[in-house]
Amino acid sequence: MTDTPATQGDQIDLDQVWQSSDIQALLDKLNEELIGLVPVKTRIREIAAMLLVARLREQHQMSTDRPTLHMSFTGRPGTGKTTVAMRMAKILHSLGYVRKGHLVVASRDDLVGQYVGHTAPKTKEILKKAIGGVLFIDEAYYLYRPENERDYGQEAIEMLLTAMENQRDDFVVILAGYKERMDTFFQSNPGFHSRIAHHVHFPDYSLDELVQIAELMVRQQMYSFDDDSRAAFRDYLEQRVQQPHFANARSVRNALDRIKLRQANRLIRAGGSIVTSDLARIDVEDVRASRVFRGGASAETSA
Amino acid sequence: MRITQGTFSYLPDFTDEQIQAQIQYCLNNNWPIAIEYTDDPHPRNVYWDMYGLPLFDIKDAVAIMQTLSECKATFPQHYIRISGYDRSLGRATTALQFIVQRPDDEPGFYLDRQEVSDRQVRYTIRSHSVTRPRG
Repeated sequence: MTDTPATQGDQIDLDQVWQSSDIQALLDKLNEELIGLVPVKTRIREIAAMLLVARLREQHQMSTDRPTLHMSFTGRPGTGKTTVAMRMAKILHSLGYVRKGHLVVASRDDLVGQYVGHTAPKTKEILKKAIGGVLFIDEAYYLYRPENERDYGQEAIEMLLTAMENQRDDFVVILAGYKERMDTFFQSNPGFHSRIAHHVHFPDYSLDELVQIAELMVRQQMYSFDDDSRAAFRDYLEQRVQQPHFANARSVRNALDRIKLRQANRLIRAGGSIVTSDLARIDVEDVRASRVFRGGASAETSA
Repeated sequence: MRITQGTFSYLPDFTDEQIQAQIQYCLNNNWPIAIEYTDDPHPRNVYWDMYGLPLFDIKDAVAIMQTLSECKATFPQHYIRISGYDRSLGRATTALQFIVQRPDDEPGFYLDRQEVSDRQVRYTIRSHSVTRPRG
């Protein structure tokens, strides 16, 4: 940091700045905890680099407008939008673009009121909570209901737009939702589209990535697959992906939860004495018992 | 007469930055903030009117400073105080309370003496601001 205007020859050690801003640590953590999502990670890295350079320019008295930071995350359910938003809040905080770096998650219910005059205070309250952090609006397109012209969503949208413009220093808004519906939402609300600088799309996970995610979850929860059950789980995913209501990583987690349930039941039913490793081991039978192998997830209660 | 009640009241009035820093201190301790105002600064008047609702779930003092400036604009000649409430088990009390705005003219109190039987005297303090309200 210098107090005098920078001359052409000032040396800036970029590596050192990058390292000292602990962005690298945050990005590494992102890399490690989230399987796949390569385009998203690249995008986040680019944004981080841009923010860092903007910070440096500012420190050297070069003209910088505060970059617009509002973002939109599109992707199908369970692709990690919320998790990435949380990381994004940390990154923005470590670069000093938001003061506190917390994430406030809001949906239509939190912003839009039920009767005249109810919307403004509700929206204001959420905006107040989000100050100094990131406001994450899940399924943002629900705010706008064109079929009902007296819908109060429009009021919330207008307040949001004003706040996004006037309080740019105070918080960052991230809108999230399905790609197609977000596109229509932006088309009917051009104000949003122009105020959002970064559109990040979260692709669906491939089968291999899903298997890796499952491995990671299983490891984190101190369970383990054996070779048979790993293969069985791969089969399971292969079939599950084809069936309706597939929600990527979230479905994997739910499937694992049900497998753990069956594993516990199997152990209790068998009775007798077991060794500790049996408590962790997932048997092929726990996986194969899933209804997915018998005609579909439509038979399963939760997706 | 300058009212001294709550924390910091013997210090010169705080600037906005100092108020904000104190509020941030409360928030960092997880004490929800309330903004209260009154025109009667009598020491026994503990129930001031609250401006809006208590400000729960707020992380950044800037949000409270915004509400405070709204309150100041609505009540330019009232006393306004900030209180931070510690809700943790075993404490459950106001942890920090300080005045952030006073009227330009603080009329002070009138001390009333009442002679009763056996040469006893009973004292009453009345706020001038209430007995002779402005406007």
